[in-house]
Amino acid sequence: MTIITALLALGGLTLLLALMLIVANTKLYVYEDPRVDEVESMLPHANCGACGYPGCRPFAEALVKGDMLPGKCTVSSEDGRKAIASYLGVDAGAEEKRVARLACAGGINVAVNRAKYEGLSSCRGAALISGGGKGCSWGCLGHGDCETVCDFDAISMNEFGLPVVDEAKCTACGDCVEVCPKDLFSLHPISQRLWVACKSQEAGDGVLEDCEVGCTACGKCAMDAPDLITMKYNLPVINYSGRHQTQLPIQRCPTGAIVWLDEKAGPIKGPEAKKIIRKGKLRMGES
Amino acid sequence: MLKNGSKGEKNSTDTVLNLQSHTFRHGVHPPENKEETNKLPIRQFPFSPLIILPMQQHIGAPSRIIVKEGQEVVRGQLLAEANGYMSVPVHAPVSGKIRKIAKVPVISGQMTEGIYIETFHFSGQEVIEGAPIAFDKANPEQILKGIQDAGIVGLGGAAFPTHVKLKIPEGKVCDHLIINGIECEPYLTTDHRVMLEQANDIYTGIRYLIKATGAKEVIIGIEGNKQDAADHLSKLIPADLPVRVQVVPVKYPQGAEKMLITSLLGKEVPSGGLPIDVKAVVVNVATTAEIGRLLPHGQGIQERVITITGPGVKKKGNYLIPVGTPLRYVLEQVGAAENISEVYMGGPMMGVAVSNLDISIVKGTSGIVVFGEDNIPKTEKIFPCIKCGACVDACPISLNPSKLGILAKSEGYDTMAEEFHLMDCFECGSCSFVCPSNIPLVQYFRLSKGIIRKRNAEKTAKANV
Repeated sequence: MTIITALLALGGLTLLLALMLIVANTKLYVYEDPRVDEVESMLPHANCGACGYPGCRPFAEALVKGDMLPGKCTVSSEDGRKAIASYLGVDAGAEEKRVARLACAGGINVAVNRAKYEGLSSCRGAALISGGGKGCSWGCLGHGDCETVCDFDAISMNEFGLPVVDEAKCTACGDCVEVCPKDLFSLHPISQRLWVACKSQEAGDGVLEDCEVGCTACGKCAMDAPDLITMKYNLPVINYSGRHQTQLPIQRCPTGAIVWLDEKAGPIKGPEAKKIIRKGKLRMGES
Repeated sequence: MLKNGSKGEKNSTDTVLNLQSHTFRHGVHPPENKEETNKLPIRQFPFSPLIILPMQQHIGAPSRIIVKEGQEVVRGQLLAEANGYMSVPVHAPVSGKIRKIAKVPVISGQMTEGIYIETFHFSGQEVIEGAPIAFDKANPEQILKGIQDAGIVGLGGAAFPTHVKLKIPEGKVCDHLIINGIECEPYLTTDHRVMLEQANDIYTGIRYLIKATGAKEVIIGIEGNKQDAADHLSKLIPADLPVRVQVVPVKYPQGAEKMLITSLLGKEVPSGGLPIDVKAVVVNVATTAEIGRLLPHGQGIQERVITITGPGVKKKGNYLIPVGTPLRYVLEQVGAAENISEVYMGGPMMGVAVSNLDISIVKGTSGIVVFGEDNIPKTEKIFPCIKCGACVDACPISLNPSKLGILAKSEGYDTMAEEFHLMDCFECGSCSFVCPSNIPLVQYFRLSKGIIRKRNAEKTAKANV
């Protein structure tokens, strides 16, 4: 008898709850496009934010809605983008791959340190203590906050204490841009090969006292290619909307502050640039 | 550690109420190291052949330059005018010729707009730019304008424009005017000497401040290690002023304005609030003296008292140094040019380690502490937090630096700001001072506060769009 009571009680309860679930499922059902799941599974799951959305899921929603084109995801491979485009029946969108670029070339072999920094091993921490020990107020401090923050292992510190961006791995997520206390990183289309690797707003010998490869604002590059380069705040500004696929401006640069970033060979300086053969670290205050 | 309620020495003068219960909770006791300079009178410092004047010597908008390159200027002449309300003008500290107007290095490590002046050493000329302001005739607005025109900022170190601080917001009243003569920072004796040597200026300054704020009561707060200054000031109190001198026990960071209010009034400034929320205004004693010295003549601020001390200095002392004197020149003159290893602007607790000797003395510089190569403080290895709670015990505003430090490491900035009230931290450094694991807590907090401020600014910018 007791068994029957128990069975009836529990069975009744089960039926009741099942009924509630059925009602809830029909009444509270939210329609979600099944394509969102499908598109999300095709995305790289990096959640890097390079597309401008907080993660891959919101981006997938935007794709399905048609607000975005798959090309906005720079992390996906070419085939991945095409697959999403054909699945959704849209154009892949020709978004050019962008990479992060560092506007400083002052490694420990060419740039002077005025003081030795001791404390929290972080660029942002060092920047708080009277700007860090570096002679140049604008230069890279070299504690590698960008290397730490990069989720794709695209940034590595080289032997001179400068971050080097691996263009193949960089997804232009912008984390390094945000973390750098000296604002040295910026995102650029990969085809833009002409680059000013200096941010010093000083001019003349004052720059060279702190760094041998700094821009002295001599303006030769702007003279050679007046339509391409203008001088602003003692720095050359490249007009990338013009014909920037030329190595003309680097030819007469005396310090090699304006470079041609070759895909394979790395930064190429002009023939008149001072050759740097020193590999060792500069002593403090030496220039 | 001095406990609340412990008995102190009894005082000879009646006006000095020596209530030892007057202090705040927690805090630390760093070695004071003041005895080497606190008996040395203020001396005039030689004029440097080159004066480098940054236009950003205060918190707020940089001053706007009104002179030209090559122009000859006279000591006291206006070089740059205030750029808006949250800004002060800059006056020429020397007579000379403007060599160039260019970028100058400042303590933050950045380069800002500034003026280079070549000093004329034999020119005794001086001009007075402003009109004299009499404390008995002027109204509060005129006094505040006069303080701004004199270029006066908080001389305790923060360099916050004084006229902004003294402006009582609508609907608020100021009952207590507190003159901050605590100087809890180790090594520094600037305020101590000012109190001993410029008592009359301080009382004239107080007359202006009472007029400007409408305060009913004035308390001069002085720490117990400056008993001579307290005695001296209480002897000279003018009969018509509602002033009392209050000696408080020695403890760091008593000189922080919120701590001083707790010590003297027994009230706590609410989180995120200002002293005016408890009807008080706190002004540094050197700032008060400067107001009392400059306003009766309408002069601009040209020089300030700075303690130069530390084991690396041969001629330690308290000097009256023209604003804009290059740090390198100062160190040469006091015999600290060789073998220097560490230089702090301000004191060792809240001051900043200098990375560039080409910066110059600014209005906010209250002291220079120099360590030589032989006596450099050893940098110790950073160990993990052992949860001993020493920092919790030290924090004067009862935050939890231990937890905050762990959060800062894991970048939990939102939690730090919202749940652990990081933004109330005024970076006194007591937590770093007591930490047995040598964790640079205050550096973490300064960093985190910067990031949180930046994020909040971005959020408001987004909301406005």
